[in-house]
Amino acid sequence: MNLSIYARRKRVNQIGLTLSMLAMALGLFVLLWILFVLFKNGISAINWAMFTESTPAPGSEGGGLANAIVGSVMMVLVTALVSTPIGIFAGVYLAEYGDESKTAELTRFVTDIMLSAPSIVLGLFVYAILVAQVKHFSGWAGSLALALIAIPVVVRTTENMLRLVPGSLREAAFALGAPRWKVATFVTLRAAKSGVMTGLLLALARISGETAPLLFTALNNQFFSWDMNSPMANLPVVIFQFAMSPYDNWVRLAWGGALLITLTVLVLNILARVFFREKVKA
Amino acid sequence: MPNTSSLPLKNAIEIRDLSFYYGTFKGLKNVNLNIAEHKVTAFIGPSGCGKSTLLRTLNRMYSLYPGQRAEGQINFYGQNILDAKQDLNLLRAQVGMVFQKPTPFPMSIYDNIAFGIRLYENLSRADMDERVEWALSKAAIWNEVKDKLGQSGLSLSGGQQQRLCIARTVAVKPKVILLDEPTSALDPISTAKVEELVSELKKDYTVAIVTHNMQQAARVSDFTAYMYLGELVEFGQTEQIFMKPARQETEDYITGRFG
Repeated sequence: MNLSIYARRKRVNQIGLTLSMLAMALGLFVLLWILFVLFKNGISAINWAMFTESTPAPGSEGGGLANAIVGSVMMVLVTALVSTPIGIFAGVYLAEYGDESKTAELTRFVTDIMLSAPSIVLGLFVYAILVAQVKHFSGWAGSLALALIAIPVVVRTTENMLRLVPGSLREAAFALGAPRWKVATFVTLRAAKSGVMTGLLLALARISGETAPLLFTALNNQFFSWDMNSPMANLPVVIFQFAMSPYDNWVRLAWGGALLITLTVLVLNILARVFFREKVKA
Repeated sequence: MPNTSSLPLKNAIEIRDLSFYYGTFKGLKNVNLNIAEHKVTAFIGPSGCGKSTLLRTLNRMYSLYPGQRAEGQINFYGQNILDAKQDLNLLRAQVGMVFQKPTPFPMSIYDNIAFGIRLYENLSRADMDERVEWALSKAAIWNEVKDKLGQSGLSLSGGQQQRLCIARTVAVKPKVILLDEPTSALDPISTAKVEELVSELKKDYTVAIVTHNMQQAARVSDFTAYMYLGELVEFGQTEQIFMKPARQETEDYITGRFG
């Protein structure tokens, strides 16, 4: 037994552990710092009026974010309704049907590019094909741009989660004489359910804070509106405009909105984790 | 074991000149074998000898994977299932399979059984209830699960899960049941239960079982095939294979001098 080797290994372990603890502390510190600044500046804006009143006109007092909150929720919901089926169908195709085929490889490649495409490019694209054609901004255009961001996320997580389902489960279903679509829907997709839900929630968390694609598409609306066919207020763009404004109440509302979005994303992420933990347990 | 050797046996499956390829690797070499109706036929041999491969040709499970192919003939009640026109779903409904690891579906115990039945039969609720009970009783697990049919199949113990999988296979009333090392992931008590079950099953079904455990083959089977390196070395009545094997290789393997 050579104790010097053991002592050296212990030293290396100490150094490695210290470095990784430092990295963890750095990450945690930045996160807490962001949350601290957000709470310090935003908490005073969070009150009843923020949820009931619409964004104030320049120079007027008070006001809230009701129009922006409703606009954001509506656009995110529409995006979820559009991208969930498309994303899940495509993911099932990739994992259960396409596998190694050329079409599947191509789909995977394109999805990966879309995943890393800058969101401003997607916004500009929707502006060119939709907004510039119909000559007005709209909530639909905003949702479309957001869907372009969400779909690739849902596709890839669905595929990855389905791939985690053991091959033996798939074989067992085939062994009963089940056709492929039944195996995919009743067995593998079911087994991967919580993982797929996790992917959906993460996609929603991702798009609920996106600003760039909405700038060219939904733009903004000073007034309360349910109409998806006209420009729509939304939290990210309101934050963008209000934070840089000279009016104190606007800046305060921007902080309030930022805090609200952050908390929403935080909740979505925690929900996603809870779902995923259930999957691991099962 | 009742002495049936004098009776002419009907073959459920007749394998003729079967060769199997994983890409370019030849996993089975000219295998010829009969699987007798209402008997248990065991495949034994060291890891990689091709016994599981052989089993997986009998329900064409390999067809799920591109690059795997079989040559020769497998006649299932006279019909060559290697024929390109063979409908795989219908074949698998008649040749059921139970796997090494228990594979309960992520649904209730009841639905685990009903899933396969619903694929090919339209039963009323009452008939379905009856069939589910029948299948679970056949697999000797009814008493353990009758009060929790709504619970997830995943909540059962490993041994119970495996019997659930056997019940699921029995439920669709196949002609042949393939068992691929069904007890290798189970404790001795569950293993004993599954073995008892196998002897019970052969009254109604033809059974083919792959096992690593030679005592198991000796206990449960009527016929035994010893395989090595993709070849069928020896095939015969289990008693004869274990008591006085014709080939030296078989004797070496069975007596533990090799493998």
